[in-house]
Amino acid sequence: MLRKTLLLLAMGAAAVLGVAAVVALPWIGIAAVAVLLAAWLAATRSGRRVISITASGMATLPQRLGGASVVVVGIAGVVGVLVSLLAMGQGYESNFRATGSDDRAIVLRSGALSESTSNLDQQSVMLIGEKPQVARSPHGRALVSPEVVVAASLPKKGTGADTNVMIRGVGPEVWGVRPRVRIIAGRRFHSGLQELIVGKDAAREFAHTAIGSKLDFNGHSWRVVGEFDSGNAHDSELWGDVNVVGAAFHRGSSVSSMTVRLTGPKAFSAFKAALAGDPQLKVQAHTTREYYASQSKGITHFIRILGMVVAGIMAIGAVAGALNSMYAAVSARTREIATLRAIGFRGGPVVVSVMIETMLLALAGGIVGALIAWLLFRHFTASTLGPSFSAVVFQFRITPRLMGEGLKWALAIGFLGGLFPALRAARMPVTEGLREL
Amino acid sequence: MKYLPLIWAALTRRKLRTFFTLLSVLAAFLLFGLLESVNSVFSEVGHTIGAAHRLITESKVGFMSPLPLSLKSQLVTVPGVEELAYDTYFGGTYQQPKNVLAAIAVSRNFFDLYPEMKLSPAARRRFDDTRTAVIVGATLARRYHWKVGDQIPIKALIYPRKNGSYAWTFDLVGIYHAHSAIEEQDFLFRWRYFDEAAAFGNNMVGWYVEKIAQPRQAGGIAGRIDALSANSDHETKTQTDSAFAANLISQYVNLGLIVHAIMGAVFFTLILLTGNTMAQAVRERIPELGILKTLGFSNRGVLGLVLTESVLLVVIGGAVGLLLAGGVVHVLQGQMGSQLPMEPVGGSIWLLGVAAMVLIGLVVGALPAQRGMRLRIVDALAGR
Repeated sequence: MLRKTLLLLAMGAAAVLGVAAVVALPWIGIAAVAVLLAAWLAATRSGRRVISITASGMATLPQRLGGASVVVVGIAGVVGVLVSLLAMGQGYESNFRATGSDDRAIVLRSGALSESTSNLDQQSVMLIGEKPQVARSPHGRALVSPEVVVAASLPKKGTGADTNVMIRGVGPEVWGVRPRVRIIAGRRFHSGLQELIVGKDAAREFAHTAIGSKLDFNGHSWRVVGEFDSGNAHDSELWGDVNVVGAAFHRGSSVSSMTVRLTGPKAFSAFKAALAGDPQLKVQAHTTREYYASQSKGITHFIRILGMVVAGIMAIGAVAGALNSMYAAVSARTREIATLRAIGFRGGPVVVSVMIETMLLALAGGIVGALIAWLLFRHFTASTLGPSFSAVVFQFRITPRLMGEGLKWALAIGFLGGLFPALRAARMPVTEGLREL
Repeated sequence: MKYLPLIWAALTRRKLRTFFTLLSVLAAFLLFGLLESVNSVFSEVGHTIGAAHRLITESKVGFMSPLPLSLKSQLVTVPGVEELAYDTYFGGTYQQPKNVLAAIAVSRNFFDLYPEMKLSPAARRRFDDTRTAVIVGATLARRYHWKVGDQIPIKALIYPRKNGSYAWTFDLVGIYHAHSAIEEQDFLFRWRYFDEAAAFGNNMVGWYVEKIAQPRQAGGIAGRIDALSANSDHETKTQTDSAFAANLISQYVNLGLIVHAIMGAVFFTLILLTGNTMAQAVRERIPELGILKTLGFSNRGVLGLVLTESVLLVVIGGAVGLLLAGGVVHVLQGQMGSQLPMEPVGGSIWLLGVAAMVLIGLVVGALPAQRGMRLRIVDALAGR
């Protein structure tokens, strides 16, 4: 009894350690283990025995396709769901991350949580622009863009559902503040006119945004004159002249926020201190990297946890399925294994061969799952309401790292599903096994 | 019923295999219960009893753009509008920036239009009489340990007071109850106080709420309301409360699509897995089934036995899974309270779940059961 309990405990510990090792090991470690294993298989006598047992086991695979496909499909399901959900979170996060940089700062009213709840008056705008850390254009103008953000409702293409879209009024120096923004069709808006340029994601997602079309908001009619590509979250927005947007949406002379190009990334702390030290200003500054990361943090975190929980529960099911299949596989080969033991093969190679078979099936399942996720979602675009109650359009991002994470899960499930059947195969009493029909 | 011991014996023939199969069924239905619990929160929003009798009028450019208060006198004259309320989204944080409150300035008759928000008459009277009154949802009150009579300081998100400060203080005069935790989150205070004290945003309204007698007339009334401000600089869009809520949620994410895609993958895997188990179980027992037939069991009797066995297997695992999901939701709600968008695992989820269990049981049992039915006694006894 005591021996049995101890054995069970040892097996449990081995399982936990194995899973922890697979998940925690970096890929280089897993590759090293695989190389060592291959060397052992090829070079030693017991290694070659493992190869022959594994080969004879694999030869029976076509006869138990049902069981094998349970392992593969079960694990493919887990990995597919995990990779898809993580890709959604990754896509959302990198959309925001690409929006920020260390040498641009965003200034908000002190205490405001986001642009949409912030406001700055004309005097603050002027004072902020005069700080020495602000970069200047070749003409000597401060590279700052006072901006107004308002939400307007546009129908989605396809469904026609009204969606809040952000309209951003930007200052005349915005092209110097955000040099990565390129016009990819049409032209820039003229200041003073009711003209808008549309981000490339917004143009794809929302109706009435083609160049030349007219948009009516609150009795004002706007003309779309260009399309821009910023490579980040601004692609979900429409841009116009800050004064015109402010007037049309009853914002008076105050603006929502101010984005500032600094003389360099190191200038930020001095800039922040200069704003804090100015008694006329009640504002706070963040680098845009910091600001956009904080805006996306909650949702990114939520999606990641969701993916882990859903895949974790599915993994329990997959482990149970793999255990069933591998127990069945081992018991179908009872006589064969007992014969091998009788002619002098030891337990070790039997254990290793069952483990290798399960891990190979698991790896196949993982690759299938990751591939399905990649095929379905590599160009998938989703939209959600972002932190400012307006649409954020983003693409799922299936990176090699995410697929690697999925494969690690597959290996961990295979490890758990193979370990116990392998141990049973090795501990099977030889005489009984030989008598089995 | 008298065959139950026989079926039970078949299930317990290989305890380990039955246990692992039950475990995977359990995992699938645990996930089903949890996901549906989240899903039902969103699909039920806006479907409360009162919602059909309410229209929401917001600015055509979205509810973050305010409408003039002057519209009020025109709206009450629209035929079919029985009562009119108006609200402004205020927004605030309590103690820390991360504790964001759904603070809304509401007109005095707000609770007349939302009968599903239950409030004691005494609290209602205090709300009418107190300038700085606030009424909060029960779940919100529990989260911050607020009691009636407390003074609650909040930091406004958008609107400063006339003296430039963003600090506002309200007197908690009542706590309302609604039928789910997610609807007990609001922080509702008097619009009049907001209008008097705010530095800007005065004489403006976030959106209007109209009570109508006949839900059937909603379309016509909405059309007449929107015609009032057509081509002005504050055009409106009027829709039913349910449509408003459904639209807002669909903008966040197509949750139903994601939930159903995941459940599709899960159930597909589950069918393959239990199907394999059942096929194995029947294959092993072919001689036994032959004996049953020799004893006089009809073909359909054997079919019934195998099908019952597979349905029973899925229902046991599924029921435990759903019970577990109910427990998990209960514990999570106890710990995270209001923030958790989850409904208790109730009747409708169980109904859907049991239907799925029986269906899956029948599907996975079908092939093995057919095999059992078609057995010839001679072959079966010979183990062929």
